[in-house]
Amino acid sequence: MDIDLSAQNVTKVFEEFTAVDNVSFEVENGRFFSILGPSGCGKTTLLRMIAGLTEPTKGRIEIRGENMIGISPNKRPVNLIFQHLALFPMMDVGENIAFGLQRRGEGRETIKRKVSAILDSVDLSGFDKKKIEQLSGGQQQRVAIARCLVLEPTVLLLDEPLGALDLKLREQMKVELKKLQAKIGTTFVYITHDQSEAMVMSDYVAVMHNGKFEQIDTPQNLYNKPQTPFVAQFVGDNNIWSGKIRKAEGLSAEIETDDGSVFKTKVDKALKPGLEVNLFLRPEAMVIEPDKCIEDLNRFEVIVKSILFDGANSRLLANPVNANTEILIALPQNRQYDYIQINDKIEIGWNKKSGICFKKNED
Amino acid sequence: MKTEIKKQFRWGLLFFLTPVLLWLILLIVLPQIDLFVMSFRSENDAGEMVWSITNYLNFFHEPIYWLTFVRTATYSILVAFFTFVIALPVAFYITKVVKPRFQGSLTLLLLLPFWVSEMVRVYGWMILLRESGVINHFLLKLGLMTEPIEMLYRDSTMILGLVYTSMLFMVVPLISVLDSLDDSLIEAAYDLGANMWSILFKIIIPHATPGIVSGSIVVFMLTLGNYLTPNLMGGKNSLWFTEQIYNQFIASFNWNQGSAFGFLLLFLSSLVIWIGLKLSRQTLSKVVQ
Ligand SMILES: Nc1ncnc2c1ncn2[C@@H]1O[C@H](COP(=O)(O)OP(=O)(O)O)[C@@H](O)[C@H]1O
Ligand SMILES: [Mg+2]
Repeated sequence: MDIDLSAQNVTKVFEEFTAVDNVSFEVENGRFFSILGPSGCGKTTLLRMIAGLTEPTKGRIEIRGENMIGISPNKRPVNLIFQHLALFPMMDVGENIAFGLQRRGEGRETIKRKVSAILDSVDLSGFDKKKIEQLSGGQQQRVAIARCLVLEPTVLLLDEPLGALDLKLREQMKVELKKLQAKIGTTFVYITHDQSEAMVMSDYVAVMHNGKFEQIDTPQNLYNKPQTPFVAQFVGDNNIWSGKIRKAEGLSAEIETDDGSVFKTKVDKALKPGLEVNLFLRPEAMVIEPDKCIEDLNRFEVIVKSILFDGANSRLLANPVNANTEILIALPQNRQYDYIQINDKIEIGWNKKSGICFKKNED
Repeated sequence: MKTEIKKQFRWGLLFFLTPVLLWLILLIVLPQIDLFVMSFRSENDAGEMVWSITNYLNFFHEPIYWLTFVRTATYSILVAFFTFVIALPVAFYITKVVKPRFQGSLTLLLLLPFWVSEMVRVYGWMILLRESGVINHFLLKLGLMTEPIEMLYRDSTMILGLVYTSMLFMVVPLISVLDSLDDSLIEAAYDLGANMWSILFKIIIPHATPGIVSGSIVVFMLTLGNYLTPNLMGGKNSLWFTEQIYNQFIASFNWNQGSAFGFLLLFLSSLVIWIGLKLSRQTLSKVVQ
């Protein structure tokens, strides 16, 4: 497949502060690529360098194999959807969308045709004479997308475009964006701090932290095989135990946690006994009151502190017996566990394959 | 109890307002009314004062008068335009290019020349520009010219002086209006393929229109009513309309004619502004904000 966008060792230093630190990645044609990271980690800076609004301190950015360094934003075949959309309030919807086409000097008739075609495809037909402030948040969103898509960019860059919407609309727009991208086939580079947005929409997600990429992978792999503690913590919920390796044997290890439990878990690479580690475990990896006959489970007892009901995403908040650490346990809503009350003591079990273990950082 | 406080408050208000009202009425409203009345009186053939509109008709009958006005108005519009052309980059630089912490001091720097009186500033220009002035001196020294030239007393010099005097009144509204322009709009336009000129004409100027119009009105009015700069720096054979009024009052001692000119100036300049507002599709209330 063709590579639409490639970044090599891109770095941006503001005075003393390194906002983007030696980032390299490639995006294939037609992919939905997301960059996920907490706010302030350098996502916007990276996107602005791709768009040409900021010059990288170091590194190379290529679009379809052509070097983009030194080329001004108005000459690059990429378009950016800004965090706050940046629709032109002095123009109506039609003029906003026609803006880029006019700059290219396309004919009046062509512009008219293209504008109405793109309005159709974002479900806003007949809106071209509307003022920007007359539109709802979701409609403005779609105008911003149409304004870029009408130019048929090689890569469309989106900077947290759903951030300003309310939850319901955001859920809806997530699905719509994904469908739209599949329909038109343009390469999307989407940045967000919301892991669910990234997971739902993307083919590939890069997790960014302190200006660096921690892992570039499919959403499934990020969730199931995080490669760094940060990814394990940031993508989805995770319980964390800190502890020490007690015994190690090839790719399995026994860990004694600081709160006194002993768990068996698989490890990615052999770890020496005595090493300080963090053990990560997903809430849904834990089974409540597992069958007595299932072998090979880590079992421990907890006291239920509260029941966090949230439909399909319900959890139990519990403390292990004799410890203050809080853990989250998935609570399937199949009525099987309706008997659980606050302050009940229940047994929890988990398979050693579900544990993820990282060496503790020095910091 | 409550009404008492209210009453007290009202008396207090009246007490403080009285000097202001007196000042307004005695020094501004009454003289204006007097001048207005005066402008409609003139001597008839028998030499007695009667009601008439002769003073106003004179303005239209004598080309020297209305031509002076047309000239003054045209130059004032030109001055407003030049001031805008110079002030826009300055305001843009201060609001969008400079680091925020320098913005305040740069604005202050712009204000600095206005701490000295207009008279001093005009004389400053004269020292620079006159035949034996600083600029001529250096041009001669550098061998760029052989003969000194008189740069004063030309219309272009006068416009220079007027633009200089008016700068601040254009820069300040432009700064405030450009401050409210979201940088990402400029970047979005750039990203969508606009070059510098289309960003200027499609984004910056449409956004800044209220500021441009209010700045232009102030500059236009101040220039139109300016007396000192045109008098000191302008050409000897071309009059500013205020000089025309001055002549009527002081030289000809024809107060009736002078006050008629005064009201014509007020009315015609308001007309020009009204046309300007219509052309730029602005309303006064939006512009004064
Ligand atoms: N023009 C700039 N000058 C100095 N620091 C900046 C500039 N732009 C961004 N930064 C810093 O770079 C870091 C990353 O910012 P940004 O890319 O906007 O993060 P994100 O979009 O991930 O929230 C932030 O700490 C921010 O303060
Ligand atoms: Mg950002």
